[in-house]
Amino acid sequence: MSVLRPQDQLPGLNAATILLVGTDDALLQQLADAMLKEDCASTLKVHLAQSLPLPSNVNRPRIDLIVFVVNLHSKYSLQNVEESLHHVDATFFLGKVGFLATGAGQDNHCSIHRNTVLRLAHTYRSPLFFCDLEVEGFRATMAQRLVRMLQICAGHVPGVSALNLLSLMRSSENPFLEDV
Amino acid sequence: MDETVAEFIKRTILKIPMTKMMTVLKAWDFLSENQLQTVNFRKRKESLAQDLVLLCEENGVSLNDAALLDIICEDIDLSDMEQFKSSFKKILQRALKNVTVTFRDTEENAVWIRIAWGTQYRKPNQYKPAYVMYYSQTPYAFISFSQLRSNTPLLCQALTIASKHHQIVKMDLRSRYLDSLKAIVFKQYNQNFETHNSATHLQERRLGLDINMDSRIIHENRIEKDRVHRVTQEIFGDYSQPRLEFAQYKLETKFKSDLNGGILAEREEPLRCLVKFSSPHLLEALKSLASAGIADAPLSPLLTCIPSKGMNYFKIKDK
Repeated sequence: MSVLRPQDQLPGLNAATILLVGTDDALLQQLADAMLKEDCASTLKVHLAQSLPLPSNVNRPRIDLIVFVVNLHSKYSLQNVEESLHHVDATFFLGKVGFLATGAGQDNHCSIHRNTVLRLAHTYRSPLFFCDLEVEGFRATMAQRLVRMLQICAGHVPGVSALNLLSLMRSSENPFLEDV
Repeated sequence: MDETVAEFIKRTILKIPMTKMMTVLKAWDFLSENQLQTVNFRKRKESLAQDLVLLCEENGVSLNDAALLDIICEDIDLSDMEQFKSSFKKILQRALKNVTVTFRDTEENAVWIRIAWGTQYRKPNQYKPAYVMYYSQTPYAFISFSQLRSNTPLLCQALTIASKHHQIVKMDLRSRYLDSLKAIVFKQYNQNFETHNSATHLQERRLGLDINMDSRIIHENRIEKDRVHRVTQEIFGDYSQPRLEFAQYKLETKFKSDLNGGILAEREEPLRCLVKFSSPHLLEALKSLASAGIADAPLSPLLTCIPSKGMNYFKIKDK
């Protein structure tokens, strides 16, 4: 199964699983640790992957949210994300995908322009977060947001669905980006 | 006294070159000052040795004392070093009237040399010295050239002659850390340097692994991660790497391109290009490249051969 589909499996009881995809293993690990520190009523699980497709012969729970992490310092990390996106089914992009760009704080190390990731996120109609994962405070805040988002995507917050959240976040999007 | 002990001492004394004789006897400290004064050191060695043996018999020399004398003869290399130093200084002073040469002995048969350069007509400039660390038992010297570059050939020549070698070859290995240069050149890097640190480091690493074994975090690419880790360990080993700040590659190769045509392709002359890697700790940075996801494992042998080849400045030409 080389394409991830959101409804391929039945959900686990009270389970919420997030998949973080990115080349920077150390940063993903730190973000995962930060997320698991949060107090959360749901049973959280974090899957870390360098790229998609995922190994196929593995038993894994239903994935509720995918976050693609792009390191603005590395063109390779963007390329990796772009290639991985082909292995995600279109229905995932109804609120269950997010992009996270890290490294914007060190401008002189950035080899990817902000607009590149903005355009990428816009193309896939998904939210984009900028967060320097190397800074502990920012990482903790980001972890909190992701946990909240994950709970909604897993359906654990009554009255709010992933699609609701997406349209709520859409209205505060960059007004200068023209709709294609 | 035993005949064999006397014979042994006599033979040992005969092996000592005359220039070293006083030094050795003084270091041995078995014969007193008065006794040494009674000896005529101008005699032929054969009879000098006999006189010394007689004195030893008077003092009741034992096999242990004789063995000690033997050890001292092996150990004392002082005059070799003294010879080097005086020869080195003479060569420089003959070439340049004004030069300040200072020596400082360290352990392990090594000497620090400081040279302040002047000219025939000017006093030495004490603010731009050159430094040399010379290990007499090895064919290696570590040099920090002064900013007054024109004296470099003279320095190299003096070192070569004073150390009784035929020529001096400049290695393509440069670093600000003498210990790291020594480690690479004497091939001592593949041991754990500071054993205390390595023990605690290992512990921390294991602890870190335990924390990461939070069962709620699943690594999807575990197999690939393990492979990368294994390959990195095979290439770089478990020890801390010697510290270098740069690796420089001067390329003079023909440009190769996958695309057909293009301005740079199909040129007869090689493309001249300089690639320089810099880091506060280059080899550790290279070691962490693959696991950080920035490069594939195994790394290019051009990068990994740096300690084994003892080079960090490369010139690459087409084969």
